Amino acid sequence: MISAKNVNKYFYIPEELHALKDVSLEVAAGEVLVVIGPSGSGKSTFLRCLNRLEYANSGSITIEGTEVLDPNCDINEIRAEVGMVFQSFNLFPHMSVLDNITMAQMTVRKRSKKDAEKKGMELLEKVGLAHKYNVYPDQLSGGQQQRIAIARALAMDPKVLLFDEPTSALDPEMVGEVLDVMKNLAKEGMTMVVVTHEMGFAREVADRVVFMDGGQLVEQGTPEHFFTKPEHDRTKLFLSQIL
Amino acid sequence: MMNYTGLDRPKKPGYFLFWKTMFVAICLLGIGFIYAAADFVDYNWRWEQVPQYFWLDKDLEVRSEAEGDLTKIDKTAAGYTIIIQDGSHEEIVKLPPDANIFLMEGDYVYMGDTIAEYRVSKPGILLEATYVTLKVSMLAIVLGIIVGILTGLMRISENPCLRWLSVTYVELIRGSPLLVQIFLWYFVAGSLINAMLDKIGLDPIPALWYGVFALAIFTGAYVAEIVRAGVQSVHRGQSEAARALGLSGPQAMRKVILPQAFRRILPPLAGQFISLIKDSSLLGVIAVRELTKATREVISSSLMSYELWIACTIMYLVLTFALSVAVQYLERRAVR
Repeated sequence: MISAKNVNKYFYIPEELHALKDVSLEVAAGEVLVVIGPSGSGKSTFLRCLNRLEYANSGSITIEGTEVLDPNCDINEIRAEVGMVFQSFNLFPHMSVLDNITMAQMTVRKRSKKDAEKKGMELLEKVGLAHKYNVYPDQLSGGQQQRIAIARALAMDPKVLLFDEPTSALDPEMVGEVLDVMKNLAKEGMTMVVVTHEMGFAREVADRVVFMDGGQLVEQGTPEHFFTKPEHDRTKLFLSQIL
Repeated sequence: MMNYTGLDRPKKPGYFLFWKTMFVAICLLGIGFIYAAADFVDYNWRWEQVPQYFWLDKDLEVRSEAEGDLTKIDKTAAGYTIIIQDGSHEEIVKLPPDANIFLMEGDYVYMGDTIAEYRVSKPGILLEATYVTLKVSMLAIVLGIIVGILTGLMRISENPCLRWLSVTYVELIRGSPLLVQIFLWYFVAGSLINAMLDKIGLDPIPALWYGVFALAIFTGAYVAEIVRAGVQSVHRGQSEAARALGLSGPQAMRKVILPQAFRRILPPLAGQFISLIKDSSLLGVIAVRELTKATREVISSSLMSYELWIACTIMYLVLTFALSVAVQYLERRAVR
């Protein structure tokens, strides 16, 4: 599904930083991959490289066999297949909840308004917010906004969903409702790459956990293996600090 | 219950009453001073003369410009046609249908005789000029918005040609006086274009349009900067979210960025357009008879400069106030 080989990413502003160092990773269809690591470890950058919100400097990233780093690829077509959920939701504040979900369906997928709204209402039902279809994002709580954002990403029928710390901006009592939606998606067999600090979620839902530090992929394995017998010292240190 | 929002000690009710009264008193004092000063120099206020410049409503006498026999009075739906035979010359006088004709066919008419009388009821020169000001301003606002959005977006484009064109345009326009630009448009660009049109046998473009161009291009430069700032003020996450859904750059701009930017730039845009209405007063210099020029013309014939300049100011205030009310309405509607 996703294959990243020797991905390197540098930032030059505000100062030169080698953010990703030869990161290679495969994600199989239907797999739930959780990426954890301290802040500044490059996990969000890696996620953003996958749909080219950040342009990796070297290496290769293919999604369903299409090279993302090829400047001539149709990046909009690829992005339509790769849903993304942001830490700060990034709902469109000038549109109602339903319009948030239907806009890209109509613009990118060329669906009729009727089809798009039908799909939108189904997804709102799924995330438990069908009754809020007509309100605007700023009238919703953070947890509700993030569930809408997930519905918005799902509306494009993506082959894979990327989650960039989806619960980090939420009040603690709202984290659960968002994680529940994500768990249901995982159960349905959605391919997911999740950058998160929610270790409970990683342990319960992940098929594989990846630990990144200093721009490098340090260790990966099944949750049991990862949380009970980590091999690297850096992993052990990180786990001892957060658990 | 106290509903106090300030950070200092709450004020007593008398405080507000006193200072509101004070405000009214100062306003009245200002007006009173003007009247007292005018009275002191024996200025003769003639406010009752002013309305006729806004709406002309009076009986008009038609006097003969020829001497001879009134040979024919023709009545059609369009009005009367009177023919006066002056030797071999036929003098034709046309009158509106509601005219009251004092003569009959066969009468002998001397020069200066009153032939007829009719009532005219039409907008006066100042109202017509207000309409011109309004028309010029609205045309310039519409054109200015188009020019401003285009150049504002060019300014943030990746394409160096577009970006530099936009920077050059904005710097050129903002760096020279509007009055000079109006002269350039009319006396340089205008005479050139009209000479070329004349050569290929087309009608010249009226001065009013060169005025509109000058104002639109001038305003466009400022609108461009406002649009640029508005677009850049929309959070980066918004365009990332739109692009991550698969929208192309232009689609994201149209559906996500611009609608949000517009809400934010409405207040500065309103200020810019209010400026434009006021700046249209400069168009008198290229013989566009807008409000200011018309006021000067009326003053030179009536000599009522105090009343008419005050009336002129009030007309501008009506226009600018109407515009800001309209924009406030838009802002309330686009509150999201």
